[in-house]
Amino acid sequence: MSANELTIAAARDALRKGELTAVDLTMACLTAMDAGDGLNAFVHKTPEIALDQARAADARIKAGDAPSLCGIPLGIKDLFCTKGVPSQAASNILKGFRPEYESTVTTKLFAAGGVMLGKLNMDEFAMGSSNETSCYGNAVNPWRRGNEETKLTPGGSSGGSASAVAADLCLAATGTDTGGSIRQPAAFVGITGIKPTYGRVSRWGIVAFASSLDQAGPMTKSVRDAAILLEAMAGHDPKDSTSAEIPVPDFEAMLTGDIRGKKIGIPREYRMDGMPDEIEKLWADGQAMLKDAGAEIVDISLPHTKYALPAYYVIAPAEASSNLARYDGVRYGHRAKLAQGDGITEMYEKTRAEGFGKEVQRRVMIGTYVLSAGFYDAYYNRARKVRALIKRDFEQAFAAGIDAILTPATPSSAFGLGEMANADPVEMYLNDVFTVTVNLAGLPGVAVPIGLDRKGLPLGLQLIGRPWEEGDLLNHAYVLEKAAGFVAKPEKWW
Amino acid sequence: MSIDIDTARKVAKLARIRVEEADLPALAGELSGILTFMEQLNEVDVTGVEPMTSVTPMRLKRRADVVTDGNIQAQILANAPDAREGFFAVPKVVE
Repeated sequence: MSANELTIAAARDALRKGELTAVDLTMACLTAMDAGDGLNAFVHKTPEIALDQARAADARIKAGDAPSLCGIPLGIKDLFCTKGVPSQAASNILKGFRPEYESTVTTKLFAAGGVMLGKLNMDEFAMGSSNETSCYGNAVNPWRRGNEETKLTPGGSSGGSASAVAADLCLAATGTDTGGSIRQPAAFVGITGIKPTYGRVSRWGIVAFASSLDQAGPMTKSVRDAAILLEAMAGHDPKDSTSAEIPVPDFEAMLTGDIRGKKIGIPREYRMDGMPDEIEKLWADGQAMLKDAGAEIVDISLPHTKYALPAYYVIAPAEASSNLARYDGVRYGHRAKLAQGDGITEMYEKTRAEGFGKEVQRRVMIGTYVLSAGFYDAYYNRARKVRALIKRDFEQAFAAGIDAILTPATPSSAFGLGEMANADPVEMYLNDVFTVTVNLAGLPGVAVPIGLDRKGLPLGLQLIGRPWEEGDLLNHAYVLEKAAGFVAKPEKWW
Repeated sequence: MSIDIDTARKVAKLARIRVEEADLPALAGELSGILTFMEQLNEVDVTGVEPMTSVTPMRLKRRADVVTDGNIQAQILANAPDAREGFFAVPKVVE
């Protein structure tokens, strides 16, 4: 086994025992990263930074100071601002932008000894479910349908993170999740991804998409790794006013594998018309696994589920249109070449038309429309009221004693790049149907790989937990992971 | 509710995104499709429901009104497409 294939937990133990050095581990990942160019997962490579950090990590480990992440090579989603390193949210409008500051999450990861290999591909401004809106071109899923050479999507928006972790280019990666952008790609490539409770991880220094929905989280090869990486990313940050002043527990220590007596809710509204029987079966298998572990399976109702997607596609674009107003060609990034006589309005309009891709333009305009005079109440306020009802559905389930909710993670396995090109935007939005409710309610949700479908592609299930109970949620995920025993890896073709 | 070409033009203007006249019909069609999808929200009885303002029930924190940062002009201008004499430069705004 090559060192880049290790989990964080295994690498940590080997580093502490002196069986492996951080420099050797980093070199193995840099080699894999360069050999993985066909996946288009890494879009800005930072080998010098990585090796400097690895050498520093080795010195720390030698001195007996070895936090869990010390010497662990990671990929960082392009949405995170990293000092002096291109950070452009996969958008042409931020071309050339090199932040003068470091995001809180990457600051914490580096303080814990983490090693940054480079920046990872994603959908532009995290708006997309297939990584096809990126200014860098598509990231590619390392999985294929049997022997077919069709390139598949790694999902989105954290598509590069998903692809890089599944292909062992790095040990783990950061992702962000506004409507499913960690969990859907994790499910599409057969890895673990958790979106924490809103407020658990600081948003400072992460390019904003929809501020009331955005949360960063880990994408990893195992549930244990998710616990380790989440603990390093989480914590109160005075620079993010929505960051919660709640202590971060030792999530890894909470992985006991004991869920006896826990109540698992199965929401009947998640049984969608036309759901593939493979997904239906996977879901039933997951229920059986948790039941075998001593949990009680309970039918529940989340009556407003159906309205989550339309509410999301009002609220997220509304917030995005406000957040993205800052890209005006003045302070950073791209500015359009102006014609003789062009004034400041032309500068704004041309800059934004050139810099934003089609999907981003569409969402900014939808957001502008739903916030405009005369429509604010009809769309935006109504959506916020429906959001309150969606949150209440979950609160009532938890108040009735439910500990975690089990659902499918995605309505299908990974689809081919380009296969949705002629679909209307709404069809693409349906990818988020099982995940988006969690963002609207601010809850933690985790995707766990369970099995392969008939085409040989990974499928995952989602567990949704109580607010601030990521430890308990990950313990449920751990049970599911052990029972499913998903160990399949994509066959290397890249 | 469907968006006509005039509305699409107006929305593009409000969003400060230049859209060519020839592209407006397609844009209007796409935006209409998305709005139709949103119209499902009208089925929900929201009588007496307060619009959700924050995800977690906490008061937005306030900080002391003091200067904690500053004297970083060069850093602030470092990424500007056009900076001159310590300022951001833009096309003429006032005649």
